[in-house]
Amino acid sequence: MNLKNKPLNVGIGASVPRKEDDRYLRGQGQFVGDVRLPRMHDVAFLRSPVAHGCIRRVIIPDDIRHVVFIAEDLVGVAPIRADTTLPGFKSSVQPILATGKVRYVGEPIALCIAPTRAEAEDHVQRIVVEIDELPAIHDMLEGRAAGSALVHDHWGDNLFLTTAIDANFAALTAAATHKVTREYRTARQVMSPLEGRGVVAQWDSRVGQLIVHSSTQQPHIVRSGLAECLGLDEGQIRVIAPDVGGGFGYKGVLLTEEVALGWAARKLGMPLRWLEDRRENLTAGADCREHHYIVTAYASADGRLLALDCEATVDSGAYSAYPFSACLEAGQIGSILPGLYDFPHYRCKTYSVATNKPPILPYRGVARTGVCFALEVTLDALARELGIEPAALRANSLVQPEQMPFDNIAKRHFDSGDYPEALRRAVTMIGLDKVRGRQRNGETDGRRIGVGLAMYSEQAGHGTSVYAAWGIPMVPGYEQCTARFTPDGALELRIGAHSHGQGLETTLSQVAHSILGVAHDRIKLVHGDTALTPYSTGTWGSRCMIMSGGAVAAACDELATRLKHVGAKLLQTAVADVRLQDGAVIGPRGRIGVADIARTWYRRPQDLPADADASGLEVTAGYKAKRDTGTFSYAAHAVVVAVTPGTGEVEILDYVVVEDGGVLVNPMIVDGQIIGGVAQGIGTALYEEMPYDTRGQPLASTFADYLLPGPTEMPNIRIDHMETPSPYTRFGQKGLGEGGAIAPPAAITNAINDALSTLGVELLVSPITPRRIVEAVEAAKPRSAKPRAAA
Amino acid sequence: MKPVSFEYVRPATVREAISILGANPDAKILAGGQTLGPMLNLRLAQPTLLVDITRIPQLVRVDETADVLTLGACITHASIEDGRVPDIGDRVLARVARGIAYRAVRSRGTIGGSLAHADPAADWLSLLSALDACLLLHGRSGERAVPLTSFVTGPMMTDLAPDDLVVAVRIPKLNRTARIGYNKICRKTGDFADAIGVAVYDPERKSLRLVAGSVGGAPIVIDDISPPLAGQTDGRAKCLDSVRSRLQSAGLGADVYELSIHTATLQRALDEVLPA
Repeated sequence: MNLKNKPLNVGIGASVPRKEDDRYLRGQGQFVGDVRLPRMHDVAFLRSPVAHGCIRRVIIPDDIRHVVFIAEDLVGVAPIRADTTLPGFKSSVQPILATGKVRYVGEPIALCIAPTRAEAEDHVQRIVVEIDELPAIHDMLEGRAAGSALVHDHWGDNLFLTTAIDANFAALTAAATHKVTREYRTARQVMSPLEGRGVVAQWDSRVGQLIVHSSTQQPHIVRSGLAECLGLDEGQIRVIAPDVGGGFGYKGVLLTEEVALGWAARKLGMPLRWLEDRRENLTAGADCREHHYIVTAYASADGRLLALDCEATVDSGAYSAYPFSACLEAGQIGSILPGLYDFPHYRCKTYSVATNKPPILPYRGVARTGVCFALEVTLDALARELGIEPAALRANSLVQPEQMPFDNIAKRHFDSGDYPEALRRAVTMIGLDKVRGRQRNGETDGRRIGVGLAMYSEQAGHGTSVYAAWGIPMVPGYEQCTARFTPDGALELRIGAHSHGQGLETTLSQVAHSILGVAHDRIKLVHGDTALTPYSTGTWGSRCMIMSGGAVAAACDELATRLKHVGAKLLQTAVADVRLQDGAVIGPRGRIGVADIARTWYRRPQDLPADADASGLEVTAGYKAKRDTGTFSYAAHAVVVAVTPGTGEVEILDYVVVEDGGVLVNPMIVDGQIIGGVAQGIGTALYEEMPYDTRGQPLASTFADYLLPGPTEMPNIRIDHMETPSPYTRFGQKGLGEGGAIAPPAAITNAINDALSTLGVELLVSPITPRRIVEAVEAAKPRSAKPRAAA
Repeated sequence: MKPVSFEYVRPATVREAISILGANPDAKILAGGQTLGPMLNLRLAQPTLLVDITRIPQLVRVDETADVLTLGACITHASIEDGRVPDIGDRVLARVARGIAYRAVRSRGTIGGSLAHADPAADWLSLLSALDACLLLHGRSGERAVPLTSFVTGPMMTDLAPDDLVVAVRIPKLNRTARIGYNKICRKTGDFADAIGVAVYDPERKSLRLVAGSVGGAPIVIDDISPPLAGQTDGRAKCLDSVRSRLQSAGLGADVYELSIHTATLQRALDEVLPA
């Protein structure tokens, strides 16, 4: 906790304990799995056992035909389409239940209903699906090659989208005396929130509404998507997102399962529930992150980055996921790759490749984790080529604070910050000189010490102009908040975004408190229900503190004006002579608390003068940042590792984060976000990998095979904050929810490569597993030193 | 991931359990359920009947003589970890128990269940193979004792008959001067081991017995290497060379990573027991 804050401040800047933790820590949260409805039945899906094939026949025993539904039963249901308007984008049509072809292992083919999930799974076991298997596109580079089998036959190739940026690359001169080229692969990962997806759907005949409880980050977007697929008015659908046990992007997608349950619940007039199990989550649901890069970096002899040239490929999976599309990752690589650096020549080409795998989804850090890895590991290689400290190459090449705001070579607009200072602090905190000294002395236990750095920025809360250019199904506009006093003088805030770990129930309360002075225990955040909240594109892109925070402030500002009007009347003075302070309207001759004003407005209107303002104490206000290109929080991560070359064991000895998220609303919550993100980044760096075989079969179906870091794998993370306000947001705040997960793979890889550099080892893959280290160490050995192979 | 429908019985005696198993060829024995539970949920096991043996008094009994400790099959890893049953000396069993999976698993998982399942990556299989433990099996034809090293025939394969029950494990106590080194390499805490090394060294008897576990099948037992003599400068290196070549001839040489980590765990286990 940040003890620098004045003890009495519980508004913006204070480390207020999280209000939501009381119910979470007592096990009293209410999740989709806690919803119980009369006559509710469970659903299990029959999923494709093969990655690619033509469905010849689905044979359903007669006695269960009435509780099993396949594609031909879904009359009037439209498939999911998530198109972009980017030139050359090829559209995929994602059927709700597979029809004709199956395109990945786990694609839903039939929906089976029974009183319990076990019995529904019994139905699944009894159905026979005959599929003529086709060659699977299991690798994105093979999928890109001419003559590959086709995921979508009519496309002619497997490319959702190709993009290209060229900024003055041909003008690169002989000043670029040093260059390195590296090729990288990052594993396909699976997002692993504690709670998987889950849906409970019921048709409410009284209100004529399909009521869908869903574990989602975006209730309003799910409603729009359901309405499009089911052919209903949005008013006929209510989406409720109760407590959600972690999102990370996985809960920011419209599921075929949501559509299927919505249709069946209405058709049967019976509440239906589907709770994703971990095997479905791992093998069929939550894919993310799989990238390939070839990067060439050029530097001048005095150690300054001059140019980057990149070809990047993303394995997008079989379909374009709603609403973010199949191209959110590859399409952003070109703009993210320049990082925090200022250099004159740049070229980047990207490919979004369709494969026979589940659709790729946005995961915390979206594209940036892979891009940061490719860039920052290349910079370390370039520094080694130049014979200088990697920190020096970065220091020479960073955008300088006096250049801010800065439009970079890829036309990204950096709002504010002091990147060199973050680097200096990280170098000091990690004790770079000391580590170098320790390396010179060597370790008595045979391990090797390495130190690694990585820097990134995180575009957050980017809005209309950015997404309109993409033309995906969802373009964020003004974010709204409804703020209203209740008759007892308490305050309700209603937002359309969702809080599932971000602590918005606390931080938005802090924003309202700072403006209206209402105590936290009298402020309630209402979220997660389309019937109760204004429209929002939801929680994604680290946008909520900027957008919902701005909207809460806008609504509270308007409420403050109205309080002053009513208060001035009650104090019998002119509105110009009153001010709102510490929860009261104060005039020259007296004061009245905001709760008293509310009680008077609602319950004693006879006390109001006849000319009182009629607009009331309920406000819906909209907010957009002064510029909608986003805030750019940034950080420098530095890590020290000890590597055992003989076994590939890696121990993280120290980990520091110097982060600038602008004005911090709640520093304790920010620390929590950073630590949680770094944990996931360590997973990317060292553990998490969903391998596929050549037939497109996912090879990790439990957590025994898909490894996640646990508490004992987490180092103590030391955090230092800088607070450079954003010039474009309400309080100078910046979004930073994802950042922790971006830099760890790059920083840890740089540290491992630093540790092993004297052995001639360089690892260019994530995750770096013990096996990969041992094999690389072995491969780097001179022939004579290799142990004789076994006979 | 919900199991198929099955019946459940909880016999009170070993004799009753064996007769139920004999009459129900599709039955599965349920002890701690830490492996069977997930296998049921994943429908990898689809038994018609579960026979819960955890309430049979004989299976949680402890017998101790001057030379041998006999632990009932249903004694949990946590009981051993917490010292609620006697150890064989040097708190060896408690130390190894503490490293098994997670506490929740240890609270339910049993020593007999682990040995009967014979997962190559399990701790008891490696440790008790090094200690020359015996399993007491009870079948229709009565009770018999089988050395653990011959009980396990391959990965998750044993010579257990369908109506055999593991009743207890009989572990020789350590000689006064004996020391045990135990080391394993796991990708993360609580995960199944990728390599286990056990070294049992008794300077008085000049005996050294090594076991490499988590090798894909039954543990590799190495008992023909002489311990280095005190004061012999390159003794340890020679010892390690022998270990490496034994592992290679046991089939681990083809994979450089496997050979490296198994050599490393054995080296660390040796370092624990050999005088500095």
